Amino acid sequence: MSVLVNKNSKVIVQGFTGSEGTFHAGQMIEYGTNVVGGVTPGKGGTSHLDRPVFNTVADAVTKTGADVSIIFVPPAFAADAIMEAANAGIKVIICITEGIPTRDMVAVKEYLTDKDCTLIGPNCPGVMTAGEAKVGIMPGFIFTPGRIGIVSKSGTLTYEAVDQITKQGLGQSTAIGIGGDPIIGTTTKEAVELLMNDPETDAIIMIGEIGGGMEAEAAHWIKANGTKPVVGFIAGQTAPPGRRMGHAGAIVGGADDTAAAKMKIMRECGIRVVESPAEIGVAMVEELKKAGII
Amino acid sequence: MNIHEYQGKSILKSFGVRIQEGIVAENAEQAVDAAKQLQAETGTGWWVVKAQIHAGGRGKGGGVKLAKSLDEVKERAEQIIGMQLITPQTGPEGKKVNKVLIAQDVYYPGASETKEYYMSVLLNRSTGRNIIMYSTEGGMDIEEVAEKTPHLIFKEEIDPKVGLQAFQTRKIAFNLGLEGDAFKDMTKFVAALYKAYETTDSAMFEINPVLKTSDNKILAVDAKVNLDENALYRHPDYKEMRDITEEDPTEVEAGKSNLNYVKLDGNVGCMVNGAGLAMATMDIIKLSGGEPANFLDVGGTANAKTVEAAFHIILKDPNVKAILINIFGGIVRCDRVAQGVIDAYQNIGNIPVPIIVRLQGTNAVEAKKLIDDSGLKVFSAITLDEAAARVKQVLS
Repeated sequence: MSVLVNKNSKVIVQGFTGSEGTFHAGQMIEYGTNVVGGVTPGKGGTSHLDRPVFNTVADAVTKTGADVSIIFVPPAFAADAIMEAANAGIKVIICITEGIPTRDMVAVKEYLTDKDCTLIGPNCPGVMTAGEAKVGIMPGFIFTPGRIGIVSKSGTLTYEAVDQITKQGLGQSTAIGIGGDPIIGTTTKEAVELLMNDPETDAIIMIGEIGGGMEAEAAHWIKANGTKPVVGFIAGQTAPPGRRMGHAGAIVGGADDTAAAKMKIMRECGIRVVESPAEIGVAMVEELKKAGII
Repeated sequence: MNIHEYQGKSILKSFGVRIQEGIVAENAEQAVDAAKQLQAETGTGWWVVKAQIHAGGRGKGGGVKLAKSLDEVKERAEQIIGMQLITPQTGPEGKKVNKVLIAQDVYYPGASETKEYYMSVLLNRSTGRNIIMYSTEGGMDIEEVAEKTPHLIFKEEIDPKVGLQAFQTRKIAFNLGLEGDAFKDMTKFVAALYKAYETTDSAMFEINPVLKTSDNKILAVDAKVNLDENALYRHPDYKEMRDITEEDPTEVEAGKSNLNYVKLDGNVGCMVNGAGLAMATMDIIKLSGGEPANFLDVGGTANAKTVEAAFHIILKDPNVKAILINIFGGIVRCDRVAQGVIDAYQNIGNIPVPIIVRLQGTNAVEAKKLIDDSGLKVFSAITLDEAAARVKQVLS
């Protein structure tokens, strides 16, 4: 067992034949992910990367039994792609696309309320279960199968954490890149909850950034329900207020969403918070020792 | 994307939101013509001259002045156009005023008393739904109201399935203590305002103050409008409202090279792939005893061309004493990035500050060797710790 995706996941790629879709689908297949096909409207019936191409997600689900979809379609069409996947019965929808208009995501969030599915992203690096399935754009080679789960808003900062864990001689269970947009499908708290309930995960790394209240929400949940060590980091301690730092959601709007405020709440909730991102791996080893896990 | 008050008001008006009417002017002569035209159209005998810059608190800095005659309009316009307007939101250097809005006087005396309210429309990130936030305490700094009298701020959440409903507009008007014609006008005002917000793909509307005039009309005296940049492709006419004179020229130039750059006040420049790692790198600079001079995300392709463009942009800042390049090569190969750094360095010629290059990920060892063998004044590192130590060393 693992979280969200594993070796038995049947993955389809929406935007399969585009340049991004082609490149990353190739990498996913190379990693050993069970990619069963793709969707590009108008190209149904053809074949791409030795996999069948379908016109609709519904077709793909009927013919392949797909239960996971990864979306690489351009921002103007991405909200539609998410809703198509949900409508077709896909259980885990991972949207990599950056730059989806917020109004579209308000509609998507509403559409998904009565659907039995989990959306990860958008604007995220995807989900990776080490040694089993790479459903995203994370570099596969830095992962080692292991028992540390990772939740992060940021791509390269996730790789940094993964790499430090590997260098400490540990490994990862599942890394979940939840995305940096103002509206995302799975929150920090929900992703932490998944890993907290996963028997194959011993401890969790939670990486956040300035803006919004998700880290605080997750911290309060951990204080009430946590059973495993959590190491946390918040990027943007030096970010000035009112300026957007790359990610659409990374903006300090008030006193509660600064890095300092989030770190304080996380500490109060029993999370081991590191000041420098260089200390994530070392801190995790210390926490595992403290908990008697290693 | 921020736009000016006069642009925001023109958008609101196109959706039937009543506004304080006005005409924009770029010099004193145009200001007087605008005042005359406004007098003919609205009957106003007094005017308000309002500086058009992308920052709030303009009145406090002397950027909003009442004029009681055409001579005063000319005088005020001459004072304000060209001035360096300093407000609590501009920073100490202020912002140059290029345009003024000549607006009608809406605080004229009449049967009932005038009253100011606060209203904004924005996304509630925690629910993924839009909310209308409003208060009886208009014309004031809303952060201050939130702190001192939070019970005077109301919120109305809109269900995306059905949109804003009539009962919600009534609730807002009742909570603001209105009755009679003003009540009816407020319900219309709120409905039109929300329709404008949704249709234009706005990220935020802030109308402060919303005014009840002495003859019980509700109108927007000011309009702070922020448009969702990701949705501008749907609104080519709004895209043209961008005023690049309001932006940092270096940030504009960076945007042209597809670099995401934000200027800061520190002494160590940085160049990073990925927004989260870029923020974390700024934090590392601070922990190493420096102050970040910028945020710069080079994105997914850190090749010689983008690295060179990034060098040029960082080096424009005379405060930069060192540059930290931090690349985690996932899909991009570190040796390619290293070669890009070397090529860019050689193309520029002499870079007067020390450079620390931290390359981690695919082919990191090969990349370090390339840097070390290049003979350039570049320090290499592989782990974040090493990079931090190098920054410390360079600064001391």
